Amino acid sequence: MEAGAGAQRTRIMVVPESKPGLPPHIKLRHDAGRGRWHVLAPERVFEPDPIAIEILKRCDGVTTVAQIAADLAKEYNAPLQEILTDTISMLQELSDKGVIKA
Amino acid sequence: MNEIAPLEQFSEAPVVEACARAPVGLLAELTHRCPLQCPYCSNPLELERVNQELTTAEWQDVMRQAAELGILQIHLSGGEPTVRKDLEDIVEVAAKAGLYTNLITAGVTLTRDRLKRLKELGLDHVQLSIQDVDDANAEKISAYKGGLAKKREVGKWVRELDMPLTINAPIHRHNIENLPNIINFAVELGAGRIEVANIQYYAWALKNRASLMPTRAQVLKSAEIVEEAKERLKGIMVFDFVVPDYYAKTPKPCMGGWGRGVMNVTPQGKVLPCHASETIPGLIFDNVKDRRLADIWLHGQAFEKYRGTSWMKEPCRSCPRREIDFGGCRCQAMAFTGDAANTDPACHFSPHHAAFVAAAETESAEAAPPAFVYRRMGGPKTPSK
Repeated sequence: MEAGAGAQRTRIMVVPESKPGLPPHIKLRHDAGRGRWHVLAPERVFEPDPIAIEILKRCDGVTTVAQIAADLAKEYNAPLQEILTDTISMLQELSDKGVIKA
Repeated sequence: MNEIAPLEQFSEAPVVEACARAPVGLLAELTHRCPLQCPYCSNPLELERVNQELTTAEWQDVMRQAAELGILQIHLSGGEPTVRKDLEDIVEVAAKAGLYTNLITAGVTLTRDRLKRLKELGLDHVQLSIQDVDDANAEKISAYKGGLAKKREVGKWVRELDMPLTINAPIHRHNIENLPNIINFAVELGAGRIEVANIQYYAWALKNRASLMPTRAQVLKSAEIVEEAKERLKGIMVFDFVVPDYYAKTPKPCMGGWGRGVMNVTPQGKVLPCHASETIPGLIFDNVKDRRLADIWLHGQAFEKYRGTSWMKEPCRSCPRREIDFGGCRCQAMAFTGDAANTDPACHFSPHHAAFVAAAETESAEAAPPAFVYRRMGGPKTPSK
């Protein structure tokens, strides 16, 4: 069995310096008919909760996880360390599901 | 983050209620033609012929109507969807309508140029099926020479074109022992997902059940292999594991509930609640040539017949799981008990459950299973010796 060189993937570990983004085949879309956001992925449709939506909207491949957390902490007037921990764990879960790249 | 209504929803994640009135996915069987002859094909025994197939314009209209109805994902399937020369025209319209497009292919009729063109037109994802990672065995299962080498090539093209790849591996007694190699094959190709999908016994697979059924011990072992691999490959490859429900205690929530999340359009335009539902007598299947898709979904007799829970009899009617598994599969209830409104015999509350399990245990214990009845136009033929 031979596959293309370097085809094999490795697990991404999300850290404060990571710059998460959505790969082209993952689509964050607002569904006007149902009045909600969806993440469209290969043979899956996810329904992100309000916090996940706020995080995903900020995943532009340029902004770091630390910056995203700082932004959210400011916007929701919440403790930064707590937000950073929660953001990293959510992004790690999303990365493991193939929803984001970092 | 909740996950809603994948194509094969065998998980117990509840389908979001608001989506119950609009389907999430549409399986478009573009054609029943296929160069492979796998004996577990989910197409009906009576395959629809090329001169009955919807035209390009008719399929394009189905895509536009699907998007209007609120469908999010289109699964372009078959038969082999790439034998339709107008696949590009259908994909283009589907993508423009905002649908997430998924190509379900055996790969053997694809070229790299065609795949590249499909990507440019908006194809989002490729699901490539494999029969086994042993060449001779793959040829025996599919009755097609050189398939595996071609599939490996197609998988490489998908990754070179930077498209997401799912490997779909239907599992049965003739390849279940090769599962670790099948998983490795998918990893080496760079697949982001694998479906380790034990055969579900409908249509051709039901015809060939005695040839295909693995033993309970084999299934338990395969579940262990998947659990180990899932952990080891976390963040590298996502697993979907479909168990054969003959060895389950509770039934799968077939199609995520009848007429609840998914619909199926056949090559000639019949709209079905699931691809096997034509085996149930008394259902009326509307055609996209006669009626709007939304109207069929909301009011079609076949969709209304088993939607929700009001059609249920005991033990389903008073069961606390009635809105989790919706009584399982209507087609399996029909095939095994003679009444589609009965509890799926995969459920241990069904009076038919013991006989159902015994069938699997007896057949899988046969040292020499019967020869395959290959999937061919014109219906099943007795296998040649």
